[in-house]
Amino acid sequence: MSDLNKLGLAEARDALRNGDTTSVELTQACLTAIEGADALNAYVHKTPEIALERAAAADARLKEGEAPAMCGLPIGVKDLFCTQGVDSQAASNILQGFKPEYESTVTQNLKDAGAVMLGKLNMDEFAMGSSNESSAYGAAVNPWKREGDDTQLTPGGSSGGSAAAVAADLCLAATGTDTGGSIRQPAAFTGTVGIKPTYGRCSRWGIVSYASSLDQAGPMTKSVRDAAIMLEAMAGHDAKDSTSADLAVPNFEALLTGDIRGKKVGIPREYRVDGMPDSVERLWNEGAEMLKAAGAEVVDISLPHTEYALPAYYVIAPAEASSNLARYDGVRYGQRSALDAGDGITEMYEKSRAAGFGPEVQRRIMIGTYVLSAGFYDAYYNRARKVRSLIKKDFEDAFAAGVDVILAPATPSAAFGLGEKASADPVEMYLMDIFTVTLNLAGLPGVALPVGTNSQGLPMGLQMIGKPWEEGDLLNTAYALEQSVGFVAKPQKWW
Amino acid sequence: MSIDQTTAAKVAKLARIKVEDDALPALATEFNNILGFIEQLNEVDVEGVEPMTSVTPQRLKRRVDEVTDGNQQEKVLANAPDAREGFFAVPKVVE
Repeated sequence: MSDLNKLGLAEARDALRNGDTTSVELTQACLTAIEGADALNAYVHKTPEIALERAAAADARLKEGEAPAMCGLPIGVKDLFCTQGVDSQAASNILQGFKPEYESTVTQNLKDAGAVMLGKLNMDEFAMGSSNESSAYGAAVNPWKREGDDTQLTPGGSSGGSAAAVAADLCLAATGTDTGGSIRQPAAFTGTVGIKPTYGRCSRWGIVSYASSLDQAGPMTKSVRDAAIMLEAMAGHDAKDSTSADLAVPNFEALLTGDIRGKKVGIPREYRVDGMPDSVERLWNEGAEMLKAAGAEVVDISLPHTEYALPAYYVIAPAEASSNLARYDGVRYGQRSALDAGDGITEMYEKSRAAGFGPEVQRRIMIGTYVLSAGFYDAYYNRARKVRSLIKKDFEDAFAAGVDVILAPATPSAAFGLGEKASADPVEMYLMDIFTVTLNLAGLPGVALPVGTNSQGLPMGLQMIGKPWEEGDLLNTAYALEQSVGFVAKPQKWW
Repeated sequence: MSIDQTTAAKVAKLARIKVEDDALPALATEFNNILGFIEQLNEVDVEGVEPMTSVTPQRLKRRVDEVTDGNQQEKVLANAPDAREGFFAVPKVVE
């Protein structure tokens, strides 16, 4: 078989089970592709020895028969996941050289299932960003380019390296995490599929924390079926994460029937924002028409507090970050700055944190510190948490009225050029998350999938939002849309 | 709400992040931009709304109060920038 790295998880699994290929061959194909793709800056710590060792073990297991679906499948891992003995830096200088003595639950689950880790993937520092430009490793680059234009584009963020690696076939699939859109926005920018599961579906243990009440891990893949397969392997209850849900994990793949007759799909009118490009509007309408043609009922709905999701997010996420990132103190792990004579422990904290954190991380820590400080806690933090309750209630009301799935754009535009949004105002970048952040606040699952290309040939994605714990139903609706769309475009290789 | 340089310096201090004096005006401006954006929240009627404490309505799980872990001194210290004789080492703390 040729071009093994271009396979998806399902095809590769079937090929392995049929004996058409081996995990070592699949892994070699990916490692070769990775070696030729440094221009994308997707992999920041390559682990070829670990990969080949696990691939050989997977082949032995496959030979014995009855191996799990992920057995032998090579994947990339976002740098945010702690992986035992392998650099896990969260794309931050403050964690330079950090090699965890333990493995995150999600990567352990994947490892136990026989998945092969190819290496660690680029991201925005501590998952704070929407373009992968705030990374200690420098930006990852989108394999897609505008037609007739050589500008390098962002793969999105924060899981930008994961998205670039999947789109460029540098792995069969990758792990991502999503706090305000960090799986779905990069998926939309790269023509790939990404699902953020219900809060609590995947254990957060061993994933470097950003905003604990919002963070969730999920798969980034080449198809909806692949997302179903990989999510099942990642998910499950974990006693080490007290917010992990003690619920059975369904066989998501078995729920992909493509039959969505009678399903009610909600179109939230508040997502039709000012200045939305025609291409986004058109894509959204086309998606709704396709679902209708597949037998779903499409209804207009209202989520009245949508416009307040972003400001609420930019209180709650920095507040939690300021607390979570207090642990980087130059004492227990990571970098400690050189000290001057007479410097005490406070100077050590201040200098290490100033040198180790990038500008966006420092900004969010300080905003979080401010909104939690005495005198402002009620005005900012408590008010944001009340608005969060209202945002969640908007969704509950929609679902109570019979809506099964909500269809919305994933991003307000296609991928933009690296450096194009480097202007002074950080708020401009925050607006990238306008369609994705609401469901993190509500804890709901959401999937982004490619639905078309714009006039410049760049992929465009739509997003579907499901009921809590109904990832199976959500993925099935996404599967039906994927079947109708038949998106097959791939980036032209230039790297 | 407007943040001046003194407030910006105070926030930096609370966050234990060293900010040079000449960087404070730009920092204060950035804070004001972001807080201006956040202040949209004042338009929302939150009368009688409970602040969210947990996004999923589930009780936190409890476990038996017993030792489940330990005796890993070497592993705990393995990534420390400065570890000596089984301890994390830090600059002198005594005033």
